Amino acid sequence: MKKITLSATLAAGLAIFAGSASAQVDLDAVLNVEGMDITTRAPAADFLDIDEVISGWVYRTKETQALQMDDFENPGMIFVDIAMDDWNTVDGSEGKSCASCHTDGPAEFAGLRAEMPRWNEEKGSLFNMEDYINLMRVEYMGAEPLKWAKPRMDAMVALISLQSRGDTINVAIDGPVSDIWEQGQELYFTRVGQLDMSCANCHEDSYGLMIRADRLSQGQSNGFPTYRLKNAKLNSIQARFKGCMSNIRAEPYAIGSEEFRALELYVASRGNGLSVEGPSVRN
Amino acid sequence: MAEDSKPRVRVPRSATAGEAFEVKTLISHKMESGQRKDADGNNIPRSIINHFSCDFNGENVMQVTLHGAISTNPYFQFEAVIQESGTFTFTWNDDNGSVYTDSKDITVG
Amino acid sequence: MQLTRRDTLIMGAGVAAVTLLPLPSLAGAWEDAIAAFTEGGEIMDGGIELTAPEIAENGNTVPISVSAPGAVAIAVFAEGNPNPDVVEFQFGPLAGAQSGSTRCRLAGTQNLHAYAKMPDGSIGHTVVSVKVTIGGCGG
Repeated sequence: MKKITLSATLAAGLAIFAGSASAQVDLDAVLNVEGMDITTRAPAADFLDIDEVISGWVYRTKETQALQMDDFENPGMIFVDIAMDDWNTVDGSEGKSCASCHTDGPAEFAGLRAEMPRWNEEKGSLFNMEDYINLMRVEYMGAEPLKWAKPRMDAMVALISLQSRGDTINVAIDGPVSDIWEQGQELYFTRVGQLDMSCANCHEDSYGLMIRADRLSQGQSNGFPTYRLKNAKLNSIQARFKGCMSNIRAEPYAIGSEEFRALELYVASRGNGLSVEGPSVRN
Repeated sequence: MAEDSKPRVRVPRSATAGEAFEVKTLISHKMESGQRKDADGNNIPRSIINHFSCDFNGENVMQVTLHGAISTNPYFQFEAVIQESGTFTFTWNDDNGSVYTDSKDITVG
Repeated sequence: MQLTRRDTLIMGAGVAAVTLLPLPSLAGAWEDAIAAFTEGGEIMDGGIELTAPEIAENGNTVPISVSAPGAVAIAVFAEGNPNPDVVEFQFGPLAGAQSGSTRCRLAGTQNLHAYAKMPDGSIGHTVVSVKVTIGGCGG
């Protein structure tokens, strides 16, 4: 595993500063959503070079944090409502809705988000939530697959993710996914783009510091899909990867590409021990 | 956009006569401010929810005039006080003439 | 026309100066907006509270709350926005308090003003400064 120094990052031109006194991080802030305590700090997995994994929620201002602590304040929940309508809407050649088969409602998927992405034995490939949703739509409903990183898909991912809120992220990295996981790890530490930066430069070497006017987090994916104040909509994990790559002036991989699938697996596994938060609220 | 605007409201199921309680509303709407330009440099015309009203049994609780500076997915929180059981009605008026409504029953015990 | 390095620097400085001044660029629009609400009522400091974050993490969604006991209406104006109008709350007979919260857009670091209209037509006023952070990756 490559280690890259912070000074090299500074030289790359994206300035990272120690935080100003006016906006200190409160590592002991407690995330309680609708009476449920959510784990925002946990011991890091053995394969990581950091001691502790920390949810991105911890690094936001108290106003942004508050938006996630009440399901009514959380604007991401509006899209969960919209997805619930979609859940009950018949679509495709088979005349079925999600509800036609899943008679116990989205709650049938409690726990699923905590293991995503994971190996689908039957299909012989790595599956994330979007893959499962489209598999159901195409094979059982006879409906068109939903486009990834678009509002309808992101809302459905949020609805399914919500069923696992508070569950401990437990993504498998061995067995059939081990090669993909290795590829994801390689990508995480590979410098790309005009600013010549890797994921690790910010999210492993510099979390907690300021990047211009923003507080860097560990770039954990446990809160996705995330309602961002910046674009006032739900954002998928891979759409966020694309945004990060654009920020470092790299040519982003395509959403749904082999690279982003591998990276999603690796990044998800870095959050093992944290809680599912989706839909979370970030800046 | 009209078909995508989905309201959410939170009102307690029951209240005590004469005691104020909290009401929260949220509606999905892009709230295009009229200040943005498209890729060709043309102004994107304003398209917002410009008015919100909360009423109870035909009497007004609060009205809000919204401008382009109100964030996407407009949120309001305010307080109401009632004397008898009845129905809250919530009305959002869109620049395009659409009207979105929601209602909630409440019992005064 | 060929731009020298010096010309470019001067032009850049001009742009920077304009960008850094959070003053209402259209003073007329600002006064008109306030006057439309106050309707000539006597303006006094106080009688109204405006709560906003000292530092807003994103100018797109800034939570604000206003409260003015006894007011018939409260309006909020943003000094540094292209259009100063933000929101106006009008309280009906069933309002449990003369208060309200919403989320607004701020174009940059600036002052937010809140005015409360009292039943006698007089106006309460307060101002709060909000720093808006711009230029980050979003965590």
